[in-house]
Amino acid sequence: MSLLDITNLSLSINGMPILRNVSLSVNTGEIVAVTGESGSGKSLTALASMGLLPKGSQTTGTITLEGQDLLTTSEADLCNIRGNDIGMVFQEPMTALNPVQTIGAQVAETILIHGSMRKSDAMARAADVLTRVGLHQEQFPLSRYPHELSGGQRQRVVIAMAIALRPKLLIADEPTTALDVTTQAQILDLLKDLARDYDMGLLMITHDLAVVSDMADKIVVMHLGEVVEQGETRSLLTNMKHDYTKMLFAASGHQVNLPDLPAYDVLLSVKNVVRDYTTPRKTVFGSKGVFRALNKVSFDIKSGERLGLVGESGCGKSTLTRAILGLEDVQGGEITLDGAPVFTGRKPNFAVRRKMQVVFQDPFGSFNPRHKVARLITEPFHLLQTPPSHDERQRLINQTLTAVGLDPSDANKYIHQFSGGQRQRIAIARALIIQPDLIVFDEAVSALDVSVRAQILDLLANLSAKYNLTYLFISHDLSVVRTITDRVLVMQRGEIVEQGETEQVFTAPNHPYTQELIAAAPILPDLQHLKE
Amino acid sequence: MIRYTLKRFLSLCISLAVASLLIFFVIEIAPGDPASFMLGINAQPDTVAALRAELGLDVPKFERYLAWTQGMLTGDFGMSYTYRTPVSQMVADRLWVSLPLALFALALSTIIALPAGIYAAARRGKTGDVAVMSATQLGVAIPNFWFAMMLVLIFAIKLRWFAGGGFAGWDKGLGAVLWSLTLPAISLALPQAAILARVMRSALLDVMNEDFMRTARAKGLTTTQTLWKHGLRNALIPVLTIIGLQFSFLLAGGIIIEQVFYLPGLGRLVFQAISARDLIVVESVVMLLVFAVIVVNFAVDLAYAAVDPRLRART
Repeated sequence: MSLLDITNLSLSINGMPILRNVSLSVNTGEIVAVTGESGSGKSLTALASMGLLPKGSQTTGTITLEGQDLLTTSEADLCNIRGNDIGMVFQEPMTALNPVQTIGAQVAETILIHGSMRKSDAMARAADVLTRVGLHQEQFPLSRYPHELSGGQRQRVVIAMAIALRPKLLIADEPTTALDVTTQAQILDLLKDLARDYDMGLLMITHDLAVVSDMADKIVVMHLGEVVEQGETRSLLTNMKHDYTKMLFAASGHQVNLPDLPAYDVLLSVKNVVRDYTTPRKTVFGSKGVFRALNKVSFDIKSGERLGLVGESGCGKSTLTRAILGLEDVQGGEITLDGAPVFTGRKPNFAVRRKMQVVFQDPFGSFNPRHKVARLITEPFHLLQTPPSHDERQRLINQTLTAVGLDPSDANKYIHQFSGGQRQRIAIARALIIQPDLIVFDEAVSALDVSVRAQILDLLANLSAKYNLTYLFISHDLSVVRTITDRVLVMQRGEIVEQGETEQVFTAPNHPYTQELIAAAPILPDLQHLKE
Repeated sequence: MIRYTLKRFLSLCISLAVASLLIFFVIEIAPGDPASFMLGINAQPDTVAALRAELGLDVPKFERYLAWTQGMLTGDFGMSYTYRTPVSQMVADRLWVSLPLALFALALSTIIALPAGIYAAARRGKTGDVAVMSATQLGVAIPNFWFAMMLVLIFAIKLRWFAGGGFAGWDKGLGAVLWSLTLPAISLALPQAAILARVMRSALLDVMNEDFMRTARAKGLTTTQTLWKHGLRNALIPVLTIIGLQFSFLLAGGIIIEQVFYLPGLGRLVFQAISARDLIVVESVVMLLVFAVIVVNFAVDLAYAAVDPRLRART
């Protein structure tokens, strides 16, 4: 008998089938990874194991924890099991903690509700657990509030809450998706250590195959509510049977063929740029502080060049993007596009603006839901001195939608009628339609599933060949930057610590920080190597 | 926290200064001269001038503003033009009716609304929720003076439990005062309670969708425990805002209810003073109300910080 046994689990929510005959098991001390793209049902499988399914859920099959069927257990008994026998860690550490309670109180709560213990004893236990997950009391006393911690530190608190009573099973739902690569590596190590030390079963839900293959004993691949393939990690990877698994693996390590780099002149020039933010006074009569978000940043983008920018959150990537787009003034240095300054005070310089477009991360939030696609993608036309005539406008809409792989008839639809990948194509169409000299991709593929991401990357490579695109590709995902750029900048704490040709930087990084980043990034295993 | 409090206090002082300037000059430029109004249409110009001098209306405006604000700081609100009694005395008498009434109504409204809102949120979509929400809909829709008259009809005229109107006076003791204020307080409180219950419910429902509520469930808390231990405090910010606004409204906005119940409150005083062009009374009462609003807002700001540690840090 396994620790957790899910047998023929089917789930429908308000009559809509979500899961079909899902079966998997987790043994004591074993790490099982459930992987798949969005909509595969992996998170609901996890929630079902916690007995935390949304209202209107109907289930058949069984989920047993040490022989006890959780689906037929009463809610009162489930409350005793949750936190005690099963712990759970969630994806979003920024919102998973109660903002108005101290971290000590929140960790102690798990201990208090499951055992009669004095509050002071529970607090002492909480301190031990927090120390175990790497938050030492000298630096992170129990009286800290969540907003005083970083994302990685908050995730440690969430883990502490989940393991405070040493549960037999820990369920982690995308525990590192919202974190930086170096933090991700630390949290994954912590989870692995805990599973080993406490002899816990660990059920890990993740979309990231590289993470999966690195740490799981067993892999379960899910697609559209079904388990398509599962098995011991190494044998599954070396002998993938199902087409979906093969596709997922191929898409995760997808490489594109960029056209050769043409040797043109400098298009965008960033010279010694300094960006300071004022911080609030520390005391009532003290002076305001200064936070230097960009410190003497210098680089060029040549016409036709594909430049990457990598770095962790808070390193100044977004500040740099805003400065390049001319949305904010800088406190030192200058940024010029074709020799003209990008920032011209309160009145934007349309001559510069029309040469630059941007594609943002969130394909859901970056469109007005009440406008049709035709209006959305023609928005940049207001930057032109003479907007195109009606016929010309129609021609451009058709041409651009076709170029990004959509149909001209899509122009009359609304944005909610499209999937995430299609929306990102529309965002690219909006950037392309006035044929700008430079496009800034700000984490443009980060929110997409791997198979969709592969398609968008291919699209970018094709468009590069066709339109001779110049772009700045900003991403935290090193593997994507590696394939889609010619040259790369590595940024840390507002400074560019390394720049060079992409392959060169990735194979032989010079700066310690670059080395650290590359070492921390989970990589897909080399299948040939595994087989031998 | 100290910094936060100081900053809020500073903002309170600035608001008061700006408000006093605004009130004084807006009322000054309003048409109608108190002296000629008091003497009637047939008054001789020199009589009017004499009265103006007596009332202190002939000095330059800015000097009068300074005298007025200085007076208020020392508790001297000047003399009423029409009644020829100290304004401070008139206002104080009325305040002893309006303030207890406002507090009583606010307490009633909060006591009714918070449990109703929490109950409705906990039973979202079920019969209990629908019942509470329908009741609040009705509470918002019914004019409070009509409701007040119904209360008088039933409880004062039919059942004779309460007096139909009037104020008992503080010399009769606290019990008698509360007794005479009960019907007015209920009629003032119900519409406010209906609004507050809806705010409480929607705030709580918003919080229930937060990730940390799910985290709490994963720790083994029951839905009810999650609601009380994690939901409530996070839902309090919008509720505190509304309570603050309601208090300010109740203090001055009870004029209709004061009429229905013959209560000598602030609302009636302002109404009478405006009709009689008794500028100094109007100015003083309005300033007092502004003062109350600003102080209540200050208290609400402090309450925010007590509830949410992020505000203490951000300042």
